[in-house]
Amino acid sequence: MKLLQALADGSVVAKRNLIKIKRVPDLLVFSTAAPIMFVLLFAYVFGGSIEIPGMDYQEFLMAGIFAQTVLFGATITGSGLAEDITKGIIDRFRSLPMARSAVLVGRTTSDLVNNALVVVIMMITGLIVGWRIHSSPLEALAAVGILLLFAYAFSWAMAWIGLLVRSPEVFNNASFIFIFPITYIANTFVQAEKLPSVLRHIAEWNPVSAVTLAARELFGNTSPLQPAPDVWPLQHPVLASLGWVVVFLLIFVPLANYQYKRAVAR
Amino acid sequence: MTDAIVAEGLVKRYGSVVALNGLDLRVEEGTIMGLLGPNGAGKTTAVRVFTTLLDADEGRATVAGLDVRKNANELRKSIGLSGQYAAVDDNLTGFENLDMVGRLYHLGRGRSRERARELLARFDLEDAADRPVKGYSGGMRRRLDLAGALVAKPSVLFLDEPTTGLDPRSRLGMWDVIEELVKGGTTVLLTTQYLEEADRLADQIAVIDRGRVIAEGTADQLKDQVGGERLELSVATSQELATARSALADLAVGPMESDERQHHLTMPITGGSTVLMEAIRRMDAESVKVLDIGLRRPTLDDVFLTLTGHHAEEEEK
Repeated sequence: MKLLQALADGSVVAKRNLIKIKRVPDLLVFSTAAPIMFVLLFAYVFGGSIEIPGMDYQEFLMAGIFAQTVLFGATITGSGLAEDITKGIIDRFRSLPMARSAVLVGRTTSDLVNNALVVVIMMITGLIVGWRIHSSPLEALAAVGILLLFAYAFSWAMAWIGLLVRSPEVFNNASFIFIFPITYIANTFVQAEKLPSVLRHIAEWNPVSAVTLAARELFGNTSPLQPAPDVWPLQHPVLASLGWVVVFLLIFVPLANYQYKRAVAR
Repeated sequence: MTDAIVAEGLVKRYGSVVALNGLDLRVEEGTIMGLLGPNGAGKTTAVRVFTTLLDADEGRATVAGLDVRKNANELRKSIGLSGQYAAVDDNLTGFENLDMVGRLYHLGRGRSRERARELLARFDLEDAADRPVKGYSGGMRRRLDLAGALVAKPSVLFLDEPTTGLDPRSRLGMWDVIEELVKGGTTVLLTTQYLEEADRLADQIAVIDRGRVIAEGTADQLKDQVGGERLELSVATSQELATARSALADLAVGPMESDERQHHLTMPITGGSTVLMEAIRRMDAESVKVLDIGLRRPTLDDVFLTLTGHHAEEEEK
């Protein structure tokens, strides 16, 4: 009964956030404009100079673009919560007899829906520039599933940071410092094996690399000509990705909830 | 007689800053308490403790007979909060905002919608009901925020600076709305920086400074403490100031204050305009050229100066 109530409260909050996507469609446009530009930039400008054994760069690139897109998409969770604090909306929510978890559950859920929309748009973009799925529909679906699961778990980390810094501007700067290395010191746009030694180790153990490789494999965008990875997470990227999802949720769900209970405006 | 709000020795510290320093307060059921104080006096912190947003470090508080810490969830069902920033969602329509709040009070779909329409009509927002709040004026947003606090017909209502930042016309409108609302017997705790606002709306006023209640009473009682009416007079020269001072001395009911540099005289009086006219006649008889003369009612700053020995704005952070 209590759980049902919490779910109902969460869906009320999620609905509120989704109305925003409908009313301010620019938001969706801008959250896809940047990744689309990345696709064009890498596919046509940088791509020519990046050699991937056994395949076109476009095929290699798209899984990385998907990972980048959902990570950036997940930051909306943090900036949205920070904005709600600044505007006093969190104060209002916290004075209501609603489930304590509802605001965070609602927020992360609506951002997941937003991310799913963006992934669909990015997949269409990919198909236009020559990316193809070489696996079964079920595997392709699993690839999307892993990307979104990871984004969902990452949303909770962003929620915690957003509630901690309490200002959308500060959040945007703070999350950038974090998001940039985790997105680019990875196998998203280049082969991790080709990075210099220290960066290579970081890239190999970076959760984003596991997620990217999992998606790449499940979409069938790998080639036997590429060197076999010699670290566990990249040998078992699907398992490693799911592991990271669990780890992120275990750490950041309690942290975000704790911070929410303390969150007041100013 | 029961007290709807009770606070005993509330203390809240933020590092070295003491926001609440042993706050005691009792608000009788069905009355309006005005919590009056400058910025940073602890008004908002007190409201946040009462509305379960913040845990106090020491002391205890009950609202509607429920402990703010132990029965927080139960308590939230019987309170309404309207804060100082108008916590409404810009992207939702007025109706959607209220319906969301209704659903979160667990009113049920039908009842929630009905209540939202009811409140929109009552707060004169019917025409704007289905437009996004983004296009609302400041006064409309405040009214919508207040409507949000009333969705569940709470028995205790907290209004944290409901008119701060509003233009004078919207402020008057807001006062009408609040007056209307409290006729229904709701207990209200209203915080404000304006004596005028507390004067008009509140049955009882508690003056708060540095996290403690330093005076309590009706508006008239507080004004009497401050000294009531004053007569103020400005002249051009210090010689005229001295003449004015001796000519008016017997009209003063307390010590006169004169500012030699500004050639300005302030004196407590009783009798209002009769005394003012008499003062003007005497100045005329003495051929003193009066630059400015008038009656002044006590302001919040006077209350503060008298009660604390420091000006209200010194407290601003």
